[in-house]
Amino acid sequence: MPSMRDIQRRKNSIQSTEQITKAMKLVATVRLQKARTKAEEAKPYFEKMYSTINSILAHSYNPGSKYLLPAGDKKKAFIVITANRGLAGGYNANVVKLITKNDEFTPDNTIIYNIGKKGREILNRNKFEIKADYSDVVNEPIYRDAIEICEDILKDYENGEFGELYIAYTKFKNTVVHTPELLKILPIGGKDELVNMTGEENVSEADKITFMKYEPSEEEVLDRIIPNYITSLIFGTLNEAVASENGARMTAMDSATSNADEMIANLSLLYNRARQSSITQELTEIIAGADAIS
Amino acid sequence: MENTFKLEITTPNRMFYEGEIHFLELNTTEGEIGIYKNHVPVTTVLVPGVIKIYEDENESKKAVIHSGFVEILKDKVTIMAQIAEWPEEIDINRANEAKIRAERRINKEGEGIDMDRAEAALRRALARIEALK
Repeated sequence: MPSMRDIQRRKNSIQSTEQITKAMKLVATVRLQKARTKAEEAKPYFEKMYSTINSILAHSYNPGSKYLLPAGDKKKAFIVITANRGLAGGYNANVVKLITKNDEFTPDNTIIYNIGKKGREILNRNKFEIKADYSDVVNEPIYRDAIEICEDILKDYENGEFGELYIAYTKFKNTVVHTPELLKILPIGGKDELVNMTGEENVSEADKITFMKYEPSEEEVLDRIIPNYITSLIFGTLNEAVASENGARMTAMDSATSNADEMIANLSLLYNRARQSSITQELTEIIAGADAIS
Repeated sequence: MENTFKLEITTPNRMFYEGEIHFLELNTTEGEIGIYKNHVPVTTVLVPGVIKIYEDENESKKAVIHSGFVEILKDKVTIMAQIAEWPEEIDINRANEAKIRAERRINKEGEGIDMDRAEAALRRALARIEALK
């Protein structure tokens, strides 16, 4: 049986770990709320954007935007959104698995735009080429980050470096359910391939007007709006990823805290037993000593 | 009231403006346009610049819009801007500095990626300065 001091030491160390996991859980809860409100605020903007592109694509038979071209056999590009920090359960690994566990995507035919240090580590280990890294935006994504990332990526797209663009991120369903997802963004084959992040189908008023004009032309309006659309997609997925990250961390830290509680309870029991047995032993020794003298 | 229409300006961060207005002035890629009620339905692309919102017939509010597009319907106009600012929110010193920096970069460099960015930055700075005039 371990000594009382050993047990006491273990118990103390677990108690201080529990304090850390508890604090991390609280921080994650606050950050989760923040990311969620941010995602909510961006929603009306995204919805309008979505419905505008939707109605252009629906009304024009063959709009010739450069973003609608078929991909051919060019490389595939991925925006991979993970976290900068671990201790969030399987959050980081699950996102990267979308790419590494899919046989279609090999290091030779993919380009990675990475957001999040943890993802970069795993991708590096699997020998994927990382074209650019934007890990510093994850903590507090702002819209300007999304604008810059989108500009860089679209420049590469226009230079023909890749033909398809995907986003690998974690979709936020609710506080406990988040699923890793792969979204195809470019090229947009038609209105069915548009990504509707809000999940709400609302017919825009423009849809009802068949004589809506586009100036200078449908193509040019599309060419200008699609980058905005991709930017808001990146921004939206970033916010959802941050929300999921903190949700995952909250769940992980919650179970860590309850595990610590359980261990402390077990150790307390063990400690009390050890204490009792040492008292019993002392008593026996005293009595035995007194017996020997008399 | 019969001559007013609804104006909505949305940005990713907030609903920037919502209200009934008389007249609206915009800078588009096709030039400056003014909108009254019952305009022909048009969707068009905006360039960075100042828009003027006439809530009354004579008085106007200014705002700066940086890149975006506008959907004009008969009784409703929706502006989707990546960034929108009121003149009060603009720091004139920063805008002036940004203008000088952008001009320097344009003069120094030939062509390429930075040129586009510098030009965009210059246009933004000019729009901001104009809004404060």
